[in-house]
Amino acid sequence: MNIAFIISAAVAVVATGLVITARNAVHALLYLVVSLLAVAVIFLLLGAPFAAALEVIIYAGAIMVLFLFVVMMTEAAPEPRPVEGLRDPRLWLGPTLLTTVLLVELAVLLALGLAEGVAGAAVGPAAVGARLLGPYLLAVELASMLLLAGLVGAWHLGRPAGIDPGSRPPATKETGR
Amino acid sequence: MTPIPPDHALYVAAALFALGLTGVLARRNLLFVLMSLEVMLNAAGLAFVAGGARWGQADGQIMFLLVLTLAAAEVAIGLALLLAVHLRVGSLDGDLLSRLRG
Repeated sequence: MNIAFIISAAVAVVATGLVITARNAVHALLYLVVSLLAVAVIFLLLGAPFAAALEVIIYAGAIMVLFLFVVMMTEAAPEPRPVEGLRDPRLWLGPTLLTTVLLVELAVLLALGLAEGVAGAAVGPAAVGARLLGPYLLAVELASMLLLAGLVGAWHLGRPAGIDPGSRPPATKETGR
Repeated sequence: MTPIPPDHALYVAAALFALGLTGVLARRNLLFVLMSLEVMLNAAGLAFVAGGARWGQADGQIMFLLVLTLAAAEVAIGLALLLAVHLRVGSLDGDLLSRLRG
């Protein structure tokens, strides 16, 4: 049994359980980030360093920031005294402890030289890229179309209410910016 | 260190997927439903990567990349819908949407 894998899996499951039971949306987001980081460590242990990097950058980075923006836009007025909130350890102790566990685990793995190739044969980014732009080229094009559809859909849904997208704005002088 | 057995990674993926499904079914707040959906997609990606690691091929990571793309598009649309619901209904309670009318 692989102790590092068990630690990461336990952190992932515990953090995910705290996500779905949290009352505060920001706390749930923090635990969700911890869960995604734990899954990234699992990817690293499985010999998939490229997937681990993407998990951290895109999932825990970009998508969680999107969630945070929406929380900021939909929640009621923010905490009146954020400094007091920072001093209250109940707000940040749980995610901090879980990420510290992950950090220590990753540091030990790096110190022992075991972070890559624990599974025997790590599949690096070069192999992934060669496959991705070779046999999977059509899938990449489809993914780009999907992202374009997501962009257009989000713009369409996010436009201010009452504006007909088919009608031109009356002021045409400002379009030359 | 011994390699990770792929079935153990699949157990973790199944546990994460079940937790996400529980969140989707049990939570009423649409924001938590979207977060649980992210957990489920992430669990599916973990299963793909575990399968790719089992055979030592890059295809698992490629499928994870496509799942990641899907998650990004889904979260963009979902959060835009959520903001529209918040604007029109004034709440994020999914049960209120059962009173939709044309």
